[in-house]
Amino acid sequence: MSGREAILGKVRTALKAKAGDTVRLAAVNERMAKSAPGIIPARGQLPAKERIDLFCAQAVKLFASVERLASADAVPAAVAGYLRQKNLPQSVRMGDDPRLSDLPWSQEGALEVRHGPSDGNDEVGVSHAFGGVAETGTVVMVSGADNPTTINFLPEHHIVVIDATSIQGDLETAIAGIRARFGKGEMPRTVNLISGPSRSGDIEQKLILGAHGPRALHLIVVGG
Amino acid sequence: MQITSPAFKQNAKGALADVQLQQALGNVRSGFIDKRLKAVEALPEFEALRDSARAIKDHALANLDLYLEAYEKKVVASGGHVHWAESAEDARNIILDICRKANAKTVTKGKSMITEEIALNDFLEEKGIRPVETDLGEYIIQLRHEHPSHIIAPAVHVTQSQVEADFRRVHTHLDAARDLREPEALLNEARKVLREEYFAADVGITGANFLIAETGTSIIVTNEGNGDLTQILPKMHIAVASIEKIVPTLEDASQILRVLARSATGQDMSVYTTMSTGPRREGDVDGPGEYHVVLLDNGRSSMLGTEFQEMLRCIRCGACMNHCPVYHAVGGHAYGWVYPGPMGAVLTPSLIGVDKAGHLPNASTFCGRCESVCPMKIPLPKMMRHWREREFERGLNPAAARSGLKFWAFFARRPALYQAMTAIGMPLLSLLGGKSHRFGWLPLAGGWTRHRELPAPQGKTFMQQVRSARSAGAR
Repeated sequence: MSGREAILGKVRTALKAKAGDTVRLAAVNERMAKSAPGIIPARGQLPAKERIDLFCAQAVKLFASVERLASADAVPAAVAGYLRQKNLPQSVRMGDDPRLSDLPWSQEGALEVRHGPSDGNDEVGVSHAFGGVAETGTVVMVSGADNPTTINFLPEHHIVVIDATSIQGDLETAIAGIRARFGKGEMPRTVNLISGPSRSGDIEQKLILGAHGPRALHLIVVGG
Repeated sequence: MQITSPAFKQNAKGALADVQLQQALGNVRSGFIDKRLKAVEALPEFEALRDSARAIKDHALANLDLYLEAYEKKVVASGGHVHWAESAEDARNIILDICRKANAKTVTKGKSMITEEIALNDFLEEKGIRPVETDLGEYIIQLRHEHPSHIIAPAVHVTQSQVEADFRRVHTHLDAARDLREPEALLNEARKVLREEYFAADVGITGANFLIAETGTSIIVTNEGNGDLTQILPKMHIAVASIEKIVPTLEDASQILRVLARSATGQDMSVYTTMSTGPRREGDVDGPGEYHVVLLDNGRSSMLGTEFQEMLRCIRCGACMNHCPVYHAVGGHAYGWVYPGPMGAVLTPSLIGVDKAGHLPNASTFCGRCESVCPMKIPLPKMMRHWREREFERGLNPAAARSGLKFWAFFARRPALYQAMTAIGMPLLSLLGGKSHRFGWLPLAGGWTRHRELPAPQGKTFMQQVRSARSAGAR
């Protein structure tokens, strides 16, 4: 008997359930089909403007830095400014997301833009978020050639550009957005929910930023 | 890993006398409790979310077979592989097989209690594969050849100066004159050393906090980002998870995530919550080429349908041990296996047998703090009592304890006799208690009176007091 049959058999015996019980199966399938949200905290349920403000405030509490721009065209100048302010070389790594690559990077003459996944030799990575969650100040990142997952973790500094309109009140609404894009029951390979820069408390419970992932997370909120 | 749970009493004695350990445990007593309370108080819906989380897991457990099948189907559809392991040995062999097919020499690991449970590291090393723990706490204890003493803060028993000494001992390729006095310097050193390991690894192994039946997704929750580098850089990702990690939908996981981080570290969300579904897709430029899930039973199916089923709701937040006076006193290693504290006192006898782990459910004052903070509302003290009953039924307690209990039970079943005897005994003990009304020494209770005095009875029995209060009330 295979491990699979043995385990399922033991589970069914313990639950006094029979294989092929259509009543239970219908209940289970219905629950997965509905994917109903449960209790949604009131904290994030706000009108657009307050929701975006809450997102920014929550992110700052998590030691991310936040910059707000009226238009995406100003992103390259903001990135170059961030690099100057942090005394970093004028060089960034990003994927092929047209929401990033179509921006006027050439206006920042000194700024080198490299495309593709990170190999660990990048000081700064730039990604575009799929969305955000105001309740917790979380950015939602979706994998793919547009925004390779390695850029979320290997560079020392991670700059995330996010459309203010994609910031939701709660994680459930963000999940519904992923489902609407990728289809019911389907998921992109990796979804990273990121809430602040990497940290560890493993040495005597002291909080230190910059464990294995980025030491700094800089959010550029566009619009709103 | 060597199970030392049968020697709990000796372990505890050693722990109480260990000055360095007691210093380190001070961090548990102060840190976790306040952080959790602040986070909980800031969320008015917390109590309602606890009920919601409990209902989700109860539903998932009642239909575990169906959700496991649905989950498997989705993993396969997304290009992943599912392996079913009845026992720890099966899981080890399955993982070894996968690693050998990948010609793996180095394996990086995210923090996973399940891989501690199946003693994976020792096994891989025996077979010539080098496991490298990447969570800072796990890395520290791997260097020390120790085991986790806490399920979310595995190196909580280690002091900063011990970490410095370990890094100097092991990282001999680095400048001996380097400054490691600050914890930041220690973290930076670990970051640098482990970066190379992520790139050298052929296989990355993580655990899973949730498995999503709806989508075939595994979810891990970390603060360091080590679990992510472990799974995206090597050519293969193996997620090892026990069968009760399953929940129906992403929304269900979202409900439980809200109580998990708050209960564990007092965060609203952990820094990284990562949802992984299958291997690298067409057009992907990074990510693992293969994605495997090892589903482990190892005794959990035997808990279903018993008085211990509710333990399978546990989401491994660690709140019960953070609030446990026994854990605060002796730390995690005294419990003698992977799972310490109240959740360990219930789970360990289920997984390794009450004959080996009987001391664990006995080491409780039944103060109830564990149950009051458990985000999944697991009745931990009640289940420890169930283990004590089973231990007694199977005759596992020492003869003196058994005959003592029998002696007491003889009178307890005869109320008239019991009251008559206590009516004689109480005044006598009161008299023997002397002016201080305390005993500094008692026969058969030397262990108690060595450290404190026992208050003497004040003269009347409980029943006598009730009777006189009633007659006073009647007047």
